[in-house]
Amino acid sequence: MSVLKTEEMILNMGPQHPSTHGVLRLELELDGELIIDVKPHVGYLHRCFEKHCEALTYPQIVPYVDRMDYLAAMYNEFGYAVTVERMLGIQVPERVEYIRVIMGEFQRIASHLVAVGTYGLDIGAFTPFLYCFRDRERILSLFEMTCGARLLYNYIWVGGLSHDLHPDFLRLAKEFLPDFKNTLSELNNLLSYNKIFTERTANVGVLPLDTAINYGVTGPNLRASGLKWDLRKDDPYSIYDKFDFDIPVGQGWYGTVGDCWDRYYLRVLEMEQSVKILEQALVQIPDGNISEAIPKRIKPPEGQIYTRVENPRGELGYFIVSKGGLQPHRVKVHAPSFIHLGLLGELCKGHFVADVIAILGSIDIVLGEVDR
Amino acid sequence: MMIYDFFISIFHNELIAAFLNSIIPVAFIVPFALFAVYLERKVSAHMQDRLGPMRVGAHGWLQSFADILKLLQKEDIVAAKADKKLFNIAPVLTFVGCYAVFAVIPFSSAYIGANLDLGLLYIVAVSGFVVAGILMAGWGSNNKYSLFGAVRSAAQIVSYEIPTTLVIITIIIVTKSLNLYDLSVNQTSNMFNWMIFGGYVEGWHKIALIPFMFIGFIIIYISTLAEVNRTPFDIPEAESELVAGYHTEYSGMKFAMFFLAEYANMFAVSAIVSAIFLGGFQSPFGYLGSTLNLPWLIPIEQFFWFASKGIFFVFVQMWLRWTLPRLRVDQLMAMCWKYLIPIAVVNLLIVALIMVL
Repeated sequence: MSVLKTEEMILNMGPQHPSTHGVLRLELELDGELIIDVKPHVGYLHRCFEKHCEALTYPQIVPYVDRMDYLAAMYNEFGYAVTVERMLGIQVPERVEYIRVIMGEFQRIASHLVAVGTYGLDIGAFTPFLYCFRDRERILSLFEMTCGARLLYNYIWVGGLSHDLHPDFLRLAKEFLPDFKNTLSELNNLLSYNKIFTERTANVGVLPLDTAINYGVTGPNLRASGLKWDLRKDDPYSIYDKFDFDIPVGQGWYGTVGDCWDRYYLRVLEMEQSVKILEQALVQIPDGNISEAIPKRIKPPEGQIYTRVENPRGELGYFIVSKGGLQPHRVKVHAPSFIHLGLLGELCKGHFVADVIAILGSIDIVLGEVDR
Repeated sequence: MMIYDFFISIFHNELIAAFLNSIIPVAFIVPFALFAVYLERKVSAHMQDRLGPMRVGAHGWLQSFADILKLLQKEDIVAAKADKKLFNIAPVLTFVGCYAVFAVIPFSSAYIGANLDLGLLYIVAVSGFVVAGILMAGWGSNNKYSLFGAVRSAAQIVSYEIPTTLVIITIIIVTKSLNLYDLSVNQTSNMFNWMIFGGYVEGWHKIALIPFMFIGFIIIYISTLAEVNRTPFDIPEAESELVAGYHTEYSGMKFAMFFLAEYANMFAVSAIVSAIFLGGFQSPFGYLGSTLNLPWLIPIEQFFWFASKGIFFVFVQMWLRWTLPRLRVDQLMAMCWKYLIPIAVVNLLIVALIMVL
């Protein structure tokens, strides 16, 4: 008697799929509903950012870095500005540093709101997504009032900023924070502690700490696995050492340390810490001239530099080689999303198809940064 | 007087009367579906701090008509590699499955499509057509996502029919009748005679039955949610995983058929739950018609109560959909087989014991 022949099914998920968070294509090898292997195919959004930079002057690169991680454009500019300033040895005025931190933390909240909201959407809860986007809109309006753009800002320049704050900015920003705290507790009650949500995410896609370190994971995903590693504290840049804030780490609240729920909830906790930083920064911000340190001509000395900042997704690093000209000789970006995407196959093995979505959402990638 | 008898008195022909009698639910379902689509949009919008459709007509009340108009104009695409016969039959069969259920639902004391003595079993039987339609759609589309959705859906509906049927058997033990019309009539216009309050049983049995009737009500409501693929059990059409499940490949009016079937089904299960547990078309506190001595008013009032109970449960379904996340397919099965079925069986045994004593 012959044995019934069975074979694995190949399911092509994306590039047009509602939950791949952009143009990502996943090749799933399935045994029924069980995942045998996941192969991510990237490159649908490749725009040759790094090669383009070699033909651009340093200030011209700023709008290009916006388009990498388009959900955290402010932070990309922040990192780039810090890198080039270190090459030039520029000290920027204190007001500029404060505004950068304020914008950076608002951007972190906005970015995490998208991550948390779309994660709820991936699990099937539609309403928290719109609550998150409602509050993100308010942050984007603050950005718009400052620099005229809602998504891609070209705001943080090397040595300074394109505009000073709008006169109403501080008042509106201070009004936003208490409302936002309410949203967070609402979000927790509606989604985070929901029984169905915890069942779907706890103990799913567990990322052990040693695997995380081996893969070079950074940011919230690493902290969810239990390591207290945040570049704002561990490799300080700008004026983060002036603020009092904590670094939350994953504790396996509902399951194992480093599962999807930890990664999700860590972002909620990080938003609370960002609010804490903002509350201090919005009060302490000094007066000053925001454009006095902007150089007329940016021509860094020959050499190379690697500078990293803690962007909402992890360690965003800029490696710039200068041959002493007006244009960089080589620019390479250490993109956290790209590195985290490599984890997907490791995390998904042995889970169900529905868990692929849960895991992909929890590592929070932005395809603009994966492909650059 | 039943509407069927009324038709006979006009046409003196049973065939015409039966035909007209069977068309009446359409006149209710289609406007209801249009209204329910609009309601779903408005309910979701207000739960999510937005306004919803506002442009087509005042507060967007014409939005559903605009949608239907759009769907009518759409190209009817059949994928080249699809199994055309199955692909074309599936939406019709799905709709027929849920339309057939309306045959035994009493709309008021003056209207029931077919006064079957086997009404409750008939419902369990014909709702199987929906599964067949969904499986045909998934297989016929020749699309892996559709197939996934269809297989999940079939497994889910078949599994959740068991707790539904167990609760229905519980009811049969108490009422000793399978006829939905009699069931509704016997529950009378006093809400304490409704099945959820122990029904029209006499003596201490009634008091003893109340908690078990509540349990039965909760079980049947949860399982009907799963049977109509609504959140938190909307796994067959889980948007974030399976795009649109078994109707991914459908467009135009065939898609509209699935859509219509979904909303008709939502109302059908709500109507069944209310017919079984909440008195069906009966008013909770007497009739204006009997107070004013206007007997023709009573059926109209009954239809009002029937529709409002149905729409209330449809609203609860929407409320759940826009609040809860979605279960995973194995958790869904675990919930059915590990919790609902054992509880339903124990509930059945206890109710049987009470009725024997």
